[in-house]
Amino acid sequence: MALLEVKDLRTSFRTDDGVVKAVSGVDFALERGQTLGVVGESGSGKSVTFLTLMGLVDPRHAMVSGSVLFDGEEILGAKTSRLREIRGARIGMIFQDPMTSLNPVKRIGWQLEEAVLLHNDVTRSEARKRAVEILKQVEIPRADQRIDDYPHQFSGGMRQRVMIAMALINNPEILIADEPTTALDVTTQAQILRLMKRLQDEFQMAIVMITHDLGVVAELADDVLVMYGGRVVEQASVDDLFAKPEMPYTWGLLGSLPRLNLIAARLEQIPGQPPSLLHPPSGCAFHPRCEFVMDVCRQELPELRPALGDETHRFRCHLDDEARARIWDAKRAKLVTEDVAA
Amino acid sequence: MTHFLIRRIFWAIFLFLVATIITYLIFFVIPADPAALAAGKAPTPQDVARVRHLMHLDLPIYQQYWLFLWNLIRHGSLGHSFVNRQSVRYLVGEDAPVTASLVFGGAVFWLSLSIPVGILSALRPRSLLDRIAMLFVLVGISAHPVWIGLILSYVFGYKLGITPIAGYCNFFPGTPGAQCSGPIQWAYHLILPWITFMVLFAALYVRLIRANVMETMSEDYVRTARAKGAGERRVMVQHVLRNSMLPVVTILGMDIGLALGGAIFTETVFNLPGLGNNLVSAANADDLPLVVGIVVFATLAVIVFNFLVDVAYAFLDPRIRLS
Repeated sequence: MALLEVKDLRTSFRTDDGVVKAVSGVDFALERGQTLGVVGESGSGKSVTFLTLMGLVDPRHAMVSGSVLFDGEEILGAKTSRLREIRGARIGMIFQDPMTSLNPVKRIGWQLEEAVLLHNDVTRSEARKRAVEILKQVEIPRADQRIDDYPHQFSGGMRQRVMIAMALINNPEILIADEPTTALDVTTQAQILRLMKRLQDEFQMAIVMITHDLGVVAELADDVLVMYGGRVVEQASVDDLFAKPEMPYTWGLLGSLPRLNLIAARLEQIPGQPPSLLHPPSGCAFHPRCEFVMDVCRQELPELRPALGDETHRFRCHLDDEARARIWDAKRAKLVTEDVAA
Repeated sequence: MTHFLIRRIFWAIFLFLVATIITYLIFFVIPADPAALAAGKAPTPQDVARVRHLMHLDLPIYQQYWLFLWNLIRHGSLGHSFVNRQSVRYLVGEDAPVTASLVFGGAVFWLSLSIPVGILSALRPRSLLDRIAMLFVLVGISAHPVWIGLILSYVFGYKLGITPIAGYCNFFPGTPGAQCSGPIQWAYHLILPWITFMVLFAALYVRLIRANVMETMSEDYVRTARAKGAGERRVMVQHVLRNSMLPVVTILGMDIGLALGGAIFTETVFNLPGLGNNLVSAANADDLPLVVGIVVFATLAVIVFNFLVDVAYAFLDPRIRLS
């Protein structure tokens, strides 16, 4: 049994302009110790999917349906008190912007201790001991002194380490990381990723890495979900996804990756804008931006179907196997020639 | 923290100098002759000249200001009233407790109403409570303190007879010559003026607190607290409230000055012998030293209060304290 099993998860928000369908039917499973990369551009529904399953969307505006089994237990629509026992204890979460994710008027130590005290029957001094310990594990120098500092006395990278420490302080089974490196500079990004990798081995936890950076996915993930317009459009192991992506949006993502060995070439971009979630396009949500669009794409949403000879690699596209193979071969050949030329 | 305090003290001194210079210029430059006023009824020109010399009004204005400042700093003296020759400092000292009772009591009233109502409105936007609060806000913002005071005095004091119509009682019992005294009578006589202040200010504060609480609730660190497994009550008390009260503390400091202005109207309506009331009578009697004295005192009070608010703010917000 998977540690986390999500079936047909849907989230929409009531707004003054109408109903925004942020997530329109997402299915996936996460195994213990596995790393799942979730890729997509802003508004693809990747963050909302995980906020929903944590019960962190505002119930006054959000409409939620589907099923989320965590360790065999249905947690979607579970009592808030039950969700609170899981949040921060068995599922930890870190967010994009470490500069605003910590309470500015409370000491770092207080905020870490709070996470311990919420889920464990221990004294404050025991909680403090645990807080110092975890700060050392996330490589904060002079942890026993810095624990009494306030967030503004930490740099962005250091704050993200504190956030990671706070998420891991109760040994969770899953760490959901929502773009943890997006707001950091590149060298700090690499440090944080390396830290997360090391901690995953130490803590034996599953990681969900939400990102729009395919480089991060290649670095960390075992499996990848590609999301577009509130749906999963491709899911595969990380090797398969990079070796043989099956649908045009993923091709576009791979084509737009910057490569260090190409100096003069312009980055390829996917033309057009992400789809409106208020008035989503008919049929396949990607069709207005797809260079291979056919009539059927405008009318019918393609099923999430398995790739030829690989049950675990699934994708949404109306193009037939032969056409996709031909197009990808051509694209890959172009990428390779560019690399060779460089 | 020490740096912060020193910087604030210098800033306060600077503000005091600017405020007194402006006050001094305005009141001694207006075209009334203080010497003629002070010289008594039907003075001869010689009398006026003598009085002018006595009051140093024949000196250049910067020397007059310097004398005024010197007297204030060296002797703590604000001069003497033209009307009854009493020391201005004594008169201000008599009036200040009345105004302080009114303003601070009023602040307690308006905060103890607007904090809970503001928070509840933020938690349940568009609810019945929120809408009633909004209506209340409109009345409070639109109405003039004189009107509010008169209506309250008419309804509760005159028609229903459950409060005094006007008047003041000393807080400390046994004041010689007073009709009434003691804390109970003091509060009983101030209840309507306090409510006037409450209606006037609570309105703005309800909106301010509501907006701040709502904004704070959408902060990332509040989401972090929820992701940690904190309950809603804990999220509110530990993470939202202190952060959302920071701007309120700042505005409160600024509004004390505004409240002193409001005290002029409220004290007049309820016939309270405070600074505002006496400022009006002094201005009507062309009693310039008393006017200047009251303005100087009020300026000083606002500066001191703002200073206290800044210190309180620094205590609440480590980003200020430690930067």
